[in-house]
Amino acid sequence: MSKAIIKIEDLKREFTMGTETVHALKGISFDIKEGEFVTIMGSSGSGKSTMLNILGCLDQPTSGTYEIDGVRVKDLSRNELATIRNEKIGFIFQSYNLLARTSAIENVELPLLYNSKVSTEERRKRAIEALEKVGLGERLHHTPSQLSGGQQQRVAIARSLVNNPVMILADEATGNLDTRTSYEIMSLFQELNKQGITITFVTHEPDIATFSSRTIVLKDGQVMQDYNNHNVQSAANELAKLPKQDD
Amino acid sequence: MRLLNLFKIATKAIILNKTRTLLTMLGIIIGVASVIAMLAIGEGSKESIRTSISAMGSNMITIKAGADTRGGVRQEASVMESLTLSDYEAIKAQSTLISYSSPVVEGRGQVINGSSNWPSSIYGVNPEYLNIKVVGLQSGSMFTDAEVQTASKVAVIGQTVVENVFPDGEEPVGQMIRFNNIPFKVIGVLEEKGENTFGQDQDDVVIAPYTTVQKRILAIDHLNQIMASAISEEKAPEAVLEVSNILRVQHKLTDSNDDDFTVRSMEELISTFSSTSEMLTILLVAVASISLLIGGIGIMNIMYVSVKERTKEIGLRMAVGGKGSDILMQFLIEAILISITGGVLGVLLGLGATVFIEKFLNWPTSVALYSIVISFAVCAVTGIFFGWYPARKASALDPITALRYE
Repeated sequence: MSKAIIKIEDLKREFTMGTETVHALKGISFDIKEGEFVTIMGSSGSGKSTMLNILGCLDQPTSGTYEIDGVRVKDLSRNELATIRNEKIGFIFQSYNLLARTSAIENVELPLLYNSKVSTEERRKRAIEALEKVGLGERLHHTPSQLSGGQQQRVAIARSLVNNPVMILADEATGNLDTRTSYEIMSLFQELNKQGITITFVTHEPDIATFSSRTIVLKDGQVMQDYNNHNVQSAANELAKLPKQDD
Repeated sequence: MRLLNLFKIATKAIILNKTRTLLTMLGIIIGVASVIAMLAIGEGSKESIRTSISAMGSNMITIKAGADTRGGVRQEASVMESLTLSDYEAIKAQSTLISYSSPVVEGRGQVINGSSNWPSSIYGVNPEYLNIKVVGLQSGSMFTDAEVQTASKVAVIGQTVVENVFPDGEEPVGQMIRFNNIPFKVIGVLEEKGENTFGQDQDDVVIAPYTTVQKRILAIDHLNQIMASAISEEKAPEAVLEVSNILRVQHKLTDSNDDDFTVRSMEELISTFSSTSEMLTILLVAVASISLLIGGIGIMNIMYVSVKERTKEIGLRMAVGGKGSDILMQFLIEAILISITGGVLGVLLGLGATVFIEKFLNWPTSVALYSIVISFAVCAVTGIFFGWYPARKASALDPITALRYE
């Protein structure tokens, strides 16, 4: 068996709003193994965002344990969390979050700028490699405003790959894209997953889940369903089935 | 390495916001430029005030024989014969704070030229006397050291004497006059100086070599006074002490003896001078600090807006691994870069303005190196000081909130 990258046990997160205590996560347990493509689903208010923040080491659980790549995240300081995010996690956001007026290659280099172990030459080399991997080898010096939504998300994916993370964490990564472009992006994710990259995809769109190998459904801060998808759809095939667009 | 990266990030952010950065810098640029131009004008005015006050002989020091008691009777100072030429020579040889010095002997008498005559004073001095009194010659020349050595009968006369003994407007230089029946050849005429603060006519004088006056007119070998000028107004009080010490040794006075001489400087003029320049300096420093403060507030303002505007970017940077300290340094470096670049441009503009003022307005200016150093240092400090608060705020942001910020 491949090793577990994420280990979550009885994870709870509470927020205090005035005098009331909101239980966003009420004891969640699951593991994510290396090479898995997991979608975390749930309607709004299900605790999905809270789960994502904790998985992404942006937030700390109130109780329970969270381990990523053998590191227990609880009780780490702000700075230690930043280092974990820098070295172990690749983020992809719904709104891409690229730096405006900054070339694709510089956007991709960003995480490596905060890693002093990477030299300038290596940083450039890895950024080019990552952009080639997402099919943007020809657009290294384009700024976000010169790229389409799909292309911008590809730059963001390249940025998430550049630090060789143990897991890519995507937050509604196709939410701003049309069906055709989201299928293109999903097919890219599937390709990356085939190359052995672990992907955790948070979404509320059921059709996105059909492209993943496993789905965890959250409801009211608890795991409602956790099942392996035995009939993984190929995004490339689905894309081919879509009616041809007029150019 | 890490700092170099942050430096690159900050530079990039500045370049991306050229216009805004330039507008921010404008505050600093104008601040620094005005400080430099102001101080240059101030220094220039100080310089010209210094020159005009010096023209009054403000650094002059007079040494006179002191009052003494002889057989129980207090004697007038002028009666004393204790000041000698060797005292003068000792001061000249030993003093380090004196630029010019001259022995002085004086007497009164009648100046006669043909049928005209006029009562006046004669001063026996050496050629440095003119430098001490800061008075020039209108025509002719001053006598030389050689003429002092040989006790030549030559004289330089003031305007009042000219008017009274040459009433027909003849050229006095080259003419012979008599002072108490001793013939003198007039070799120069002094510039008009007017009255001094006590209403004495400073133009009613005859100046001759002190040797001549000692031997031919007064028949004495002591001196009435020694006059000297300190190397600067500020040094005058020190020079007074120095001269006193030289004379105490010269007169073999022990600790229990009082001085048998008096040394005086132009206290009033000196204090006028120093209070004027002090006030100018305070005024300039006040103007300078206000303009730099305003420039600094400009930087803080823009950095503060910048942090708000770039909240999402800060969130992203934190999400991909930027630590709070990285964000803090990034914004701090940005602020410092803006203020230092502004400082450099300000220095250049200030120097340009100074040249302009000097050339086209004909105001005296003098660029002081310290003004450049200070305004530049203040710039850097301003950057850190006013950049700190917004940078601190940026670094304390919660990455989750920052990422979701719209």
